Parts: sequence; structure tokens; C-alpha cells
Amino acid sequence: MTNNSKPGTPAAQPTLDRRDERVAHSAGIGDTIRAFLDRIRSGDLGMLPVIVGLVIIWTVFSILNPVFLSPNNLVNLLFDSSTVGIISLGIVCMLMVGEIDLSVGSVSGVASAILGVLWVNQGVPAGFAILAAVLAGAAIGFLYAQLYNRFGMPSFVATLAGLLTFLGLQLYLLGSSGSINLPYGSPLVRFGQLMVMPAIVSVIFAAVPGIVMLYTGYRTAARRRAAGLSAQSSGGIIARAAAVTIVAELVVAYLNQGRGVPWMFGLFVGLVLAMQYALTRTRWGRSMFAVGGNREAARRAGINVRAIYTSAFVLCSTLAAFGGVMAASRLASSSQQAGTGDVNLNAIAAAVIGGTSLFGGRGSAYSALLGIIVIQSISSGLTLLDLSSSLRYMITGGVLAIAVIVDSLARRSRASHGRA
Amino acid sequence: MTNTEGAPATGQPVLSLRGISKHFGAVSALTDIDLDVHAGEVVALVGDNGAGKSTLVKILSGVHQPSSGTIRFQGETVTLNDPSAALSLGIATVFQDLALCENLDVVANIFLGKELNPLQMDEVAMETRSWTLLNELSARIPSVRVAVASLSGGQRQTVAIARSLLLNPKLILLDEPTAALGVAQTAEVLDLIERVRERGLAVVMISHNMEDVRAVADRVVVLRLGRNNGEFPPDASNEALVSAITGASNNSVSRRAGRRQAQAAHLSESGQ
Repeated sequence: MTNNSKPGTPAAQPTLDRRDERVAHSAGIGDTIRAFLDRIRSGDLGMLPVIVGLVIIWTVFSILNPVFLSPNNLVNLLFDSSTVGIISLGIVCMLMVGEIDLSVGSVSGVASAILGVLWVNQGVPAGFAILAAVLAGAAIGFLYAQLYNRFGMPSFVATLAGLLTFLGLQLYLLGSSGSINLPYGSPLVRFGQLMVMPAIVSVIFAAVPGIVMLYTGYRTAARRRAAGLSAQSSGGIIARAAAVTIVAELVVAYLNQGRGVPWMFGLFVGLVLAMQYALTRTRWGRSMFAVGGNREAARRAGINVRAIYTSAFVLCSTLAAFGGVMAASRLASSSQQAGTGDVNLNAIAAAVIGGTSLFGGRGSAYSALLGIIVIQSISSGLTLLDLSSSLRYMITGGVLAIAVIVDSLARRSRASHGRA
Repeated sequence: MTNTEGAPATGQPVLSLRGISKHFGAVSALTDIDLDVHAGEVVALVGDNGAGKSTLVKILSGVHQPSSGTIRFQGETVTLNDPSAALSLGIATVFQDLALCENLDVVANIFLGKELNPLQMDEVAMETRSWTLLNELSARIPSVRVAVASLSGGQRQTVAIARSLLLNPKLILLDEPTAALGVAQTAEVLDLIERVRERGLAVVMISHNMEDVRAVADRVVVLRLGRNNGEFPPDASNEALVSAITGASNNSVSRRAGRRQAQAAHLSESGQ
């Protein structure tokens, strides 16, 4: 018999999913921690490496320069993280199906050029210019999907061609001037540079995830009990919700010591949460995991594999274009430099560092959030130390290499421990 | 055949193939295959390696398309352009390689492509239904929330069979259903095939194991080099089946049997 029936009722029938005596079932907090350690040992690392990495990076930089951890520096860091983070969210979609998009930087540059040309040069209302830029991104993604589905062009090559093509398009759109300044004081630029949540709003937002976890946790537990399945204990649900709420409120309170929580970061977190929901709780998300895990099995299960690939390509390029618009608002300009340099690789590195596997079928939207904070922390810390970009590139490259090594080793360990 | 006599559906086959051919480039994997399967009937498809059994199953499940020939399902001519077409008609398949996603858990695999409530998946209902299906098969799965990667071969086989039953199909194709199973699980699967037949479903089973074939099949259809090579009752003699499968009465199996007989005779003679 399983050990989850209470001592007083030894004859109680175990729940539907707990009848196999070979399975160790977690009953209390001690068992939960033990199960967690077992998972880590077998290579199912999840978010752990990135959190450990973040703690190390922040400790080192705050020792080297105390300004690093000052509230206002962290607020700036969040502004910077949001733009590339949105692009990285698209990369998570591509990696999920086991493909890659190397052109997100160029696509974001094209989007910022379209925004500048339409809005500033042509006088189109800002809303329409943004819409046009984002739709252009969607069209580029659709084009990649056609190349991939119809001609079997590897995504690596198709998007490498796109990287050059759309960099050229960006330069062509911007013409000889090379850069277009977006008007200071316009809502878009203020959104990208200044707008922060009022303290009370940020405190309320920080409480929302915990409340949602509490509500859905209780509802799921009640439904599972009604269906005769094992359910999480109330204590566990409350403990998890409380932990999340406390961490979120502490972060918000600290940021409010400085300028406050940027609206742009709030938008980014909102997109991350929406993506996480879509990936884990919808049929589309399940199909993404299935296609990334075993494409042929997904096809034989009746999934429209081509449509799933198309959705991944379109979503990635659309988010890249939207990230490009946000980057333009952050810099208050559409320039030839937008989306070049390290944008591309930072976006890809963030997704991988955050724990989304390069091999497909594993990952989460949270990896974009955590990964980009790691990348921007390194960048911000090195800037504060007055180190040149040459060193910054080398160190970011080294961190990416470590992340991929961790991913590969964890994958090997999972295989030998019989986990996916 | 005897136990389907008198059943109303016996007159018209559920599945009826006429002149099915499949070419892979210059290779003819199947040539002019005819096959009828009736409701409440288990048809065993046997043949040597490369006889075209798996190709035929892949055509019926929509994975491959036939080069020529017609498929009639429940009296209507159908084209199976992709796996979802076959699934929606009511043709479920358990593939030889099982076609499971190892990174997903058991529930996700059973409901793959058929998730309840696509915009907010009903995990509780899916998990309950998974347990019901697995318990019907007397499956030994420790937990449906573990990734398929951590299951043994036999457990995976059970998951694949449970998945095929999810949509209440009219025809089930089983490609080597007992190849990876232990003694008890094999018996369970054979029991299951009989239960499925009693429910009036049609079953096509590929197997190399003549014992299993004899145990459950109502008819044995032999393929050889991509062609029909005879149809036998399950109680046909082993020699007849083997010679149909290998294509000659003088084959390696009969030669080996003859040699052993001669040896045994020689031994018993010298022993005296």
C-alpha cells in the first residue's frame, strides 16, 4: 500500500494514480525536497543553473562595484532587458520545435526602420506605423515557414540568408541619412525611456501571480480529489503562492526605492506569462512540444506539423519585429545600428542560458525572462567597470558556451537516468 | 471465421482493398494487394521480412499513399492523404516503432492531437480517462505523469495500444503488438484483441509469432514479396503457412526441421 493514506485509516483505498506500490509518492515537504534533489541529480535541471548563475554574477559585480545593485541601475537593466527579452521569447518558440532563427536581429532592425520611415518621415500615425512594422515581421516569418515547409530549406540556412537580406532592406529603407530620430516627448519614446508604474500599481501587480496560483491551485486540487486523483495539499499550495508573492513584492519594493518598475518590463513579463500559458495549457503548446520531441510521432498523431512550424516561425519573427519597435522607442531612434552587433546572439543566448534546449521539445517561456536578465547583468556590470565591448563580447560568449555545455551534459545525464 | 457467422456486418467488409500497389522508386513494395476485413474479425497479416506488411499498415494509417488501387472503408471509397484522415475515419494504428513523444508524459501521449478543451486543457479529465484506458489493459504503469522516456519497452507498448483505443475506432491496426512484451503482457494484449473483437471492431494484426497468430486470428493472410500469397484458417498446418511465407515447400525452415528429425532418428537408432 502506498504511504499517503493517513495512519488512522490504513484501509483507505489509495487514489487512482497512487495504486502502484513501486512508485515513491511524496507526502510531505521533506519528500518534495527529496524528489527535487533526485530530479537535479538525474539531469532534469530546469531553472536551477540560471538562478545559480545569476546569484554568482550579481555577487561578483556588487563586490567589484556597489553601484551595480543600486535600485536605479536595476531599473535601467530592466528597461534594457525588455527589448531583447521580447525577441528572445520568439527564439524560445523556435528552439521548442527544434529549429532556430538567426535573423531576429535584422528583422528587429527592419521593424525599427519601418517605424521611423512611416511615422517620422511619412507622417503616418504612430499606432499604424507600429502595426505595419509588426505585420512586416509576421510576413517575414511566414516567408521562412514557406521556405522550410515547401522547399525543405533548413531553418539555419533560410534565416542566415534572411539575416543578410533584411539587414540590406533596413539600410535601404533608412537611405543615405542612416538614422531617423524619433520625437522626444512622444508617448512611444516616453514608454521606452521613462514610464514607470506608480508604486501602488506595481505592488498590486506583484500580488497577482500569488493570488492566481492560490485560486487555480485550490480549484485544481478540488477537481482532482473529486475525480479520485491525488491532489496537492493546501499547505503546499499556500507555501508556493506565498513564496512567489514575497519574492515579487520584495523585488518591487526594492525597485520602488529607485525610479520604479518600468511599464515596458511589465509588458514583457505579461508576454512571457501569456506565452507560458499557451505553451503549457493549450493544444497548440502541447503540439509544439510534440513536434520538437518527435516530429514523425506528432504527424502520426494527426497533428498538422507544417502549421505548427508556420506558427513558430511567424511568432518568432513577429516578436522580433515587436522587440525592434521597443528597441527603437528605448533609443529614440531608428538607425542603421539597430538590431546589429550582439542583439541577435544575445536573444538566442538568453533563451539557451534560461534553460530552453537547443535540441527541441524542452523549455519554457520563463527562460527568456531569466536568460535575458543574466545577459544584461553581465553587460551592465562590465559597463559599470568601464570595460570595453571587446571584453564584454568575450565574457558573454564564454557564458553562452557554459550554458550549452550544461544543456548537453544534462541531456546526456537525463538519457542515462531514463528521463526525457 | 466461425464466430462472425450470422453477425449482421459479416456480409459487407469494413475494409476492402483492391489492387493496392506501392512503389518506392524502382522498388515495388506492394503489388496488387487485395484484402477484406469484416467487423468482429481478427485478420493476421504474416510474411517474411520485406514482404510489405508494414508498408501496407502505413498505407492504411495514412502515413504513405498507395501508388494505385482503391481503399473502401465501410462501403465507401476513401483516400487517406494523411494520418489525421485515417484517424477521423476511425482507423487507429499501433505502429511498430510506437510513435510516442519521449519528452511528453503518458497522458500527453495518449491524448496527443486530441486534447480535451484545446484552449484550456482539461488535465484532470484526461488523466482520469488515461487511467481508465490503462486499467482496462491491466497495464503496469507506475504513474501517468512520468515522461515516456522513463518507461520500459512493454510499458510503452501498452501506452501506444491505450492511445489507439481512445477514439473508439472501427478498425485497429497492430504492427507487431507483442514483439516487446513479456509473457503476462502478451496474454493481456491477446485478451484485449479478443475483447476488441467482441465489441464488433475489426482488427488487423501483424506478427511473426505463429503461436500468437493461431491464438487469436480468424484468418491468416500471407504476403510474400509484396503480393498476396494465400489465405489460411488459423488451424492450418505449420508447414503450409511456412511454405506460403517463404514461397517454397523446400525452404530453410523445412530443411532444418528435416535435418533435426534425421538427427533424432539417427540418435535413437544408435542408442539402441
